[in-house]
Amino acid sequence: MCLAVPGKIIEIYETGDLKMGKIDFGGAIREACLAYVPEAKVGDYTVIHVGFALNLLDEDEAQETLRLLRDISDLNNELTNTLQDES
Amino acid sequence: MKYISEYREAELVKGILAEIKRTISQPWVIMEICGGQTHAIMRYGLDQLLPPEIELVHGPGCPVCVTSLELIDKALVIASRPDVIFTSYGDMLRVPGTDRDLVSVRASGGDVRVVYSPLDAITIAKQNPDKQVVFFAIGFETTAPANAMSVLQASSFGLKNYSVLVSHVRVPPAMHAILSSTYNRVQGFLAAGHVCTVMGYWEYPAIAEQYRVPIVVTGFEPLDIVQGILMAVHQLEQGRHQVENAYPRVVTLEGNRPAQAVINQVFMECDRKWRGIGTIPASGWCLKSEFSEFDAETRFPISEIKPEESPVCIAGLILQGLKKPFECTAFGTQCIPEHPLGATMVSSEGACAAYYRYGLKK
Repeated sequence: MCLAVPGKIIEIYETGDLKMGKIDFGGAIREACLAYVPEAKVGDYTVIHVGFALNLLDEDEAQETLRLLRDISDLNNELTNTLQDES
Repeated sequence: MKYISEYREAELVKGILAEIKRTISQPWVIMEICGGQTHAIMRYGLDQLLPPEIELVHGPGCPVCVTSLELIDKALVIASRPDVIFTSYGDMLRVPGTDRDLVSVRASGGDVRVVYSPLDAITIAKQNPDKQVVFFAIGFETTAPANAMSVLQASSFGLKNYSVLVSHVRVPPAMHAILSSTYNRVQGFLAAGHVCTVMGYWEYPAIAEQYRVPIVVTGFEPLDIVQGILMAVHQLEQGRHQVENAYPRVVTLEGNRPAQAVINQVFMECDRKWRGIGTIPASGWCLKSEFSEFDAETRFPISEIKPEESPVCIAGLILQGLKKPFECTAFGTQCIPEHPLGATMVSSEGACAAYYRYGLKK
């Protein structure tokens, strides 16, 4: 139930009194309500759950997390390879 | 960035798994709260790749599984009425009530429709002014902003034929219930990333402090999950019990303020009965009195139901992390996704469904 899928906002418009948008999920386009992300603009990435944008994705945080994990991962993969070479 | 493929990179996941292996020195029991995480763990076989010291227990974060039998039975009575169009998220259709499910109501002529969003139910209500449209408003904090918005929309359009059958549940009271149980084995939590997207994680430090458990806000991709586990293991090994965020690209400490404002406008806290677990104080949301005209339980008063659970099903123990699905005598025999005895075998987030689907025997 609580799955939310990241997608890119490609269009923003109003329907009645609600801010709505078209979201591109890797090629599949669906409509979603953007009422909870008033700051959203076209080109932003957002996570969508039951037709509602829950938040905008923070690219800087995403890059920083990946950089940290890559450092940890590289170190461990190197260690594993070294141990294998030695044995 | 695509925000998906980067988090499924096998080499990266392997490297983090190696770090977990290098860090861990003793057995630890970690609970992932959210059923979406349970399924990701099974789907990618992460439980098989983790060091044997880590036992993952699966939490109650499956709204379909914990919606009370009484409410399911009420839904079945309401959905059977000839004047009603009953709308629901698809997951609810096969959840067994006492003697049938929504699919069988539909087969008997009931107008039961699956909607993707509660706003679709509003559209159906507008298009069918001569019918009563009822939406089964289940879900955790993640789903509450959408369900609450449908009530606000119905109110602003003056819709007299829209109501919601509310079964909202909240994560923090469930964590209290699990941690204060005498049977509790959980030593660390992976908090549900999308619940925290809405609510933030400012409520969690008090829980971490009170029960001395680390809590790590965790996402749903394989890399997110191993990162959450690594951070929890680091804390456990160092004797720390803090709240950390392993999902900062989506989750902030304060959460989504506009969404919280709408939730607080429409809902208030109430005691809630969880299927298989029992009543947990202040663990639910129900409609505030100013929106009571949209309450399906008031609009369709029902007294004739007699809820009765399957005598074999152990879903309640599974939801509390006390038993594993394969410990149930009915698992995979009497109880399969097509003929479920309990809700945990139905939902795309239920632990039994995950074990069945990915062939886990132990």
